[in-house]
Amino acid sequence: MTMLMARQVSVALGDTQALQRVSLAVRPGWTAIVGPNGAGKSTLLRVLAGLQRPDAGDVQLNGRPLAHWPLRERAMQMAWLAQQGEASGELTVREVVHLGRLPRLGLFSAPTEQDEARVDQAMADAECTPWQQRRLHELSGGERQRVLLARALAVGAPLLLLDEPTTHLDPPHQVALVRLVQRQVRAGTTVVSVLHDLSLALRADHLVVMDHGRICAEGSRDDPALHAALVGVFAGAIRIRSIDSHWLAMAHLED
Amino acid sequence: MAGLAAGSEGWSLVGLAQTWGGPDGALIIGQIRAPRTLGAWLTGALLGLAGATAQGLFRNPLADPYLLGSASGASLGVVLVLAASVLGGHAISPATADAVARLGLVSAAFAGALLGVLLTLTLARGAQQTTRLLLAGVVVGVVLSALSDLVTTAAPDALRGKQAFLLGSTGFLGWSSCVALAFGLVITLPLSWRLARALDALTLGIDSAHSLGLALPRVRLALVAALALATGLAVSQAGLIAFVGLVSPHLVRRFAPAPHGFTLVASAATGGTLLLMADVLARTLIAPQEVPVGVLTAMLGGSYLIWLLHRRRNS
Repeated sequence: MTMLMARQVSVALGDTQALQRVSLAVRPGWTAIVGPNGAGKSTLLRVLAGLQRPDAGDVQLNGRPLAHWPLRERAMQMAWLAQQGEASGELTVREVVHLGRLPRLGLFSAPTEQDEARVDQAMADAECTPWQQRRLHELSGGERQRVLLARALAVGAPLLLLDEPTTHLDPPHQVALVRLVQRQVRAGTTVVSVLHDLSLALRADHLVVMDHGRICAEGSRDDPALHAALVGVFAGAIRIRSIDSHWLAMAHLED
Repeated sequence: MAGLAAGSEGWSLVGLAQTWGGPDGALIIGQIRAPRTLGAWLTGALLGLAGATAQGLFRNPLADPYLLGSASGASLGVVLVLAASVLGGHAISPATADAVARLGLVSAAFAGALLGVLLTLTLARGAQQTTRLLLAGVVVGVVLSALSDLVTTAAPDALRGKQAFLLGSTGFLGWSSCVALAFGLVITLPLSWRLARALDALTLGIDSAHSLGLALPRVRLALVAALALATGLAVSQAGLIAFVGLVSPHLVRRFAPAPHGFTLVASAATGGTLLLMADVLARTLIAPQEVPVGVLTAMLGGSYLIWLLHRRRNS
């Protein structure tokens, strides 16, 4: 089983202390990182992915410091989905998804049948097969997000790190994404995602609540103490209720 | 054939046949027009390739092959050689003047172009951050241009040579130039092409490319080296030829969008064809006079980009 662990990690971004001595052992299943804007959620995810070097502390993957992993081997262990703003270019959907095979192929090897099959499967899972020949810049925000998700799935890594995967997705595709993540988890993948939508986050097996660069609470989605911490970091602006045996976070509008 | 048929009396296939059959036919065609034609194509190909590499590397469709300081460095190299011959025995020792003059204009331009890129890399502390690299390129460009101006202030006779260099010309391309340019293309085209998948990955963003296991600093350094060699050779042999490197990848992406493996090769082919056509036009528009080809490419390339901007705004 792939193990990812941050120990006493601190990160300063300019004058802001984005993370302050954060420790987290990622559990098998689906972990959602939640918290208000500026809480340090995305920074923590970037540190876990090895994209942000911590100023103090370290991250270990399978008991080995992340910095000691050869880049391609590390890439085969962890797939990353960025917030989509950066993606651009003339590539077709299939060509973008194919980039997910880069850790295995490197810059020079030709794709095998297995690579093509993996690409087909990833596109089918993310429901973007019908427009595989369209170019990325021709797609809507939601369609692009599904393509980028397929690119992350095509890596075939045991760890999937998703930064705001529901951005630009309409409700049916948000639900589809949750189901897709749950399927991946059942197949043995460990998923860590930053989510703004608290109701979606409350579908995760495990939640990490952050505020001001620290972890305030951790626990299962059914944990009342975690719910209280969640309401607390949002200054009482939300309520958490159970409807049809699912937890929902709702804006609390009454004075 | 288009290049071979362009002479001092305009463009004519009949003229080409007559020249070929004339007493100096072998000399005019074999030693002047043929190397100029091939040299123009190779120069354009290097610029087209450099443009596609720069735009992929910097993830910016307006990135120009000269933006790492190669043009201003080459210009300074040329000015220093020209000034040395003027200042020898006055501001600098005759021995120094002799040593600089022996370097020759082409070598000085090439050395200056590489020096410009090296300065940019030093200032940017390597190729780890593209934004820092871009800013360093701008700073080096400004500083080297200022130095160039300073030298021409001290030796005004160098100004004319500098101006000729800045206008760009294929008129001095001989077989030795073709060998140097072909050597550059043989090195830089396969190198860039081998890194095409990395350029594709960069379209997803820096973080995503990094998460795919790419050693980005090494990839960037290799691409900058290819960029420096391609632009250094082109600018040293033919002077400052504008817009070919910028426009060629645009044309390729517009008419045949594809991954970088294709875009790089097609941009080189397009750049070569563009510069060759511009050169033929420059030689025939007001024959027997020639329009500096750099002026022509700037006018045509600039017009194309303005049209592109206008079209995008309307759509």
